[in-house]
Amino acid sequence: MHIAEYSRGPATVVELAGELDSLTAPAAREELVRLASSGDPLLLDLTKTTYMSSAGLRVLLLVYRQAIGSGTPVALVGLPQLIHDVMAATGFIDFFTIADTVEDGLDVLVGAQL
Amino acid sequence: MSEQAVQAPALDRIDDYPTQVIAGLSVRMGRPMPFGATRVPGGVNFSVYSNRASAMTLVLFRLGEQEPFAELPFPPEFRIGGVFAMTVFGLDVEAFEYGYRAAGPATPEVGDRFNPERVLSDPYARMIGGRAEWAVQPDYFNPYVYRSRLPLEDFDWEGDRPLRTPLRDMVIYEVHVRGFTRHPSSGVDAPGTYAGLLQKIPYLVELGVNCVELMPVFEFDECENVGVDPTTGRRLLNYWGYSTVGFFAPKASYAATGRYGMQVDELKNLVKHLHRAGIEVVLDVVFNHTAEGNELGPTISFRGLDNRTYYMLTPEGYYYNFSGAGNTVNCNDPVVRGFVLDCLRYWAADFHIDGFRFDLAAILDRAPDGTPLANPPLVESLAHDPVLRDCTLIAEAWDAGGLYQVGRFPGYFRWSEWNGRYRDVLRRHLKGDLDTVGELATRLVGSPDLYGARGPGASVNFVTAHDGFTLRDLFSYDGKHNEANGEGNRDGDDNNNSWNCGVEGPTDQPDVLALRARQQRNALLLLLCSSGVPMLLAGDEVGRSQHGNNNAYCQDAADNWFDWSLVERNAHLLRFVRAAIALRRVHPVLRRREHPTGRQDRGFFPDVSWHGVRAWQPDWSGGSRLLAMMFYDRPDGGDPAGGDDDCVYLVTNAHWEGHPVELPALPPGLAWHRAADTAAPAPADAYWPGSEPLLEDQRALPVAPRSTVVLVARPPQPEIS
Repeated sequence: MHIAEYSRGPATVVELAGELDSLTAPAAREELVRLASSGDPLLLDLTKTTYMSSAGLRVLLLVYRQAIGSGTPVALVGLPQLIHDVMAATGFIDFFTIADTVEDGLDVLVGAQL
Repeated sequence: MSEQAVQAPALDRIDDYPTQVIAGLSVRMGRPMPFGATRVPGGVNFSVYSNRASAMTLVLFRLGEQEPFAELPFPPEFRIGGVFAMTVFGLDVEAFEYGYRAAGPATPEVGDRFNPERVLSDPYARMIGGRAEWAVQPDYFNPYVYRSRLPLEDFDWEGDRPLRTPLRDMVIYEVHVRGFTRHPSSGVDAPGTYAGLLQKIPYLVELGVNCVELMPVFEFDECENVGVDPTTGRRLLNYWGYSTVGFFAPKASYAATGRYGMQVDELKNLVKHLHRAGIEVVLDVVFNHTAEGNELGPTISFRGLDNRTYYMLTPEGYYYNFSGAGNTVNCNDPVVRGFVLDCLRYWAADFHIDGFRFDLAAILDRAPDGTPLANPPLVESLAHDPVLRDCTLIAEAWDAGGLYQVGRFPGYFRWSEWNGRYRDVLRRHLKGDLDTVGELATRLVGSPDLYGARGPGASVNFVTAHDGFTLRDLFSYDGKHNEANGEGNRDGDDNNNSWNCGVEGPTDQPDVLALRARQQRNALLLLLCSSGVPMLLAGDEVGRSQHGNNNAYCQDAADNWFDWSLVERNAHLLRFVRAAIALRRVHPVLRRREHPTGRQDRGFFPDVSWHGVRAWQPDWSGGSRLLAMMFYDRPDGGDPAGGDDDCVYLVTNAHWEGHPVELPALPPGLAWHRAADTAAPAPADAYWPGSEPLLEDQRALPVAPRSTVVLVARPPQPEIS
C-alpha cells in the first residue's frame, strides 16, 4: 500500500494505491488518522486501490469517523467497481460520502461547507 | 485517590506477552474462556474442549493452502480439565485458517472415534473457509475441507436492537435466502444473497409481514448430495441446508462478499436493515443432527473431538437416527447443552437475531439413550436464559423417530410450536372432508385444547411451509410428484391432504383454475383470521409452484426459486394477501393475547360465538362443511356511550354448494361491511380496511360454494380519511 498526499485547492487528497488489508492496515491507519484531523476537506482517492479486505474497510470507517469527529469533511472518490460492490453488500457504503472523481468530491465537500 | 490516578494509561497485561515458542510461533498458555478462537492483544486465543482426548494439536494454514504451515501441540500445562487453550502471537487474522488434531481412543464399540490423522473444524468457528462459492464442489481429498476462520467482529449497529414484537402481532414469512432472489427476474444486484434479500425489504413491508424466518443459514455443504435428477440429468444439491457444518458460521455462499470473508458483516447488515423496516429475524436452526452422518459419513468436527459426548449412540456404539439424517445430536448431555446455549447466545447477542425455530425439536427432549424426557434440561435452559429472554422460541415439535409432541412440547410457558394439527385440519376442511368443523373451530381460536395454559401465541399456525406442497400446488395436485429428486417418488410425505380441484397438475380449464385460485384465498384468509401466529411460505402470496414436488430440498433451479414475474402475473392474489394482513393488523380481536372464552363479559356479544346457516346455531355434526365465527371485543369495557366495538364475522363454506347464511343482528349504530369474499372477482375479493362496502342485505348473506367471507361491523358511514 502506497499513500500519497497532495493539495487540491482547499482540500487534501490522499491517494491509496495497492492493497489495504490486515497487513497494511495498521500503517495506513496511522497515516490517515494524522491527515484526517486537519479540519480541511479530505478526499480519499481509491482509484488505485486494488484490494480492500475486511480490515481495510474497518480502517476506512475508523478514519472517516475520526475525521467527522474533528470537523474534517471527508469523501471517498474513485471507488473501483469491486470495492464499491463489497461496500454496498456489507453496508459500509452507507456511512460514507461517495463521489466519482476528485473534482466531484471537491464539489460535494466544498458545496456542503457553504 | 485522585482523579488523575483513575485516568492513568492502561498497563499492558503480563499475559499479553509470549512465554515460549512452539513450531516457530510465539505462544503462551491461553485462556480457556471463551471457547473458540478470539482476538486478544497481540494474537489469537484458541480454546477447544474434549473430555475424552488425550492430546490436542493446533493446526494452522495459510488461507486456502492444502498443507499447514505450523502444527502446535498443546503442552500439558496449557490444559485445564478437558479444555486446551493457547494464545498464539503475531497471526494475521485475515490470512490464516485453523483446525485441530485430537488424539484419543479409537474404540468405536464404546463410542470413541479419535483419529489424529484428521484435521477437525472448531465447533465454535465463526467463519468456515472453503465453501465461499455455491455449488462448487470442494476437493474431498483435501485433508481439511471445512476450514475454521476468524472474522473481524466489530460492527456498527447504529443503536439497533432486537424488536421484541409481541407474539400476537407477528406475521411470519418463511424464506430461503438463496431462493428468494436467485431467479434472474429478481432484479437485485447480487442475486441469491443476504444483500439481495436486503433489496427486497420494500416488498416485504408492502406485503405487511413483520418477521422473516430464514431457512438454515448456518454453514452447510450443498454438495454433500451426490444425486442426479433423472428427468433432466441435472446435479442435485442439498439446497435447503438442513445439515449443519458450522453452527457459529453464517453460510458464506449466501453472501455476495463471502469470497472476501465478509459474510458476517453482510448478514449483520441485513438484520440491521430488516429491523429498521420493523421486520424481525428468526433463524431456522438445526440442532438435531450434524452433517457428519453415521459411521460412514465424513469426520468434520464433533466425531473426532468427542463422539460419545456429541452423539446419541446405541449400546454397540452405532448412531441413533431419530433425525432421519444418520445421526442424532445428544442435546441433553451437559456439554452439548452448553454448546447449544453458547451458539444461540452468540446469534442473539452478536447478530441481533430475534428468535429461533428449532428443526425436529422433539429431539431436544430426548435423553442420551433416546428416551423422551418430561423435563428436558436443554429446553428448560433455553426457556430461562437471560441472553435469550426476549427471543421467540419455536419448536417443530416432532422428529423422525416417531415422537410427535404438538401441544405437548415442554414449553415452560415460553416456547411456541409449529401447529401441525392446524395445518392438517385446515387442509382437510378446505378439500371438503367430513368431521372437520369441530376441530377447525378449536384451531381458529388458537387451539386452546393444545395451548390452554400458554395462550394463542404458542400456536404458530400455517397451511404450508418449506416442507411439503406450496399453497398453489396444494390445490393443484392430489399426490406428490418428486421424480426429479431421484428416489423414484418415494421421498416426501404421502399425507398431504391435498386436492387438485379436478385435474392433476397444469390445466387450461377456467373452472379448475378459478377454483384453485379461490381455494388458495380460502386458506390464506382463514390463516390470517386465526388466533395465534400466522406463518406464510414465501411465494404463496403470488402463487408459486414447485410442480407438485413436495420435498424440494435438492432442487436448486429456476423453477424452484421465487419467480418475481409472478408479482405481476398474480397481482390479484398478492393484493388479496396484503389486504388480509392489513385486516389482521387493524383488528386486535384477531390478534388476541388470550384464548376467547365464549362468555359475554362486556359489550354486546361474547368474545367468540359460533354460527351456521342460522345465526347462533352452528352445525357441529360430522356432515357439516359450513361454519361461521364471530370475534368480538369492546376495548372500553362496555361503556354504552362510547368505545369502538371490534367485531369480525367469518364464514367458511367448504361445501360444493352455496348457502344463504343468516347474519347475527348488530346493535344500533353498527352495520355489516364486506371485508373479503373469496368467491368475488378481484378486486372485490378483498377491501382495504376502511373501504369495505356496506352489505346491502344486513340479515342474509349468500355464501358461494367453497368460499370464505369476512365481514366487519362498523358504523355505516365511516369518516373518509
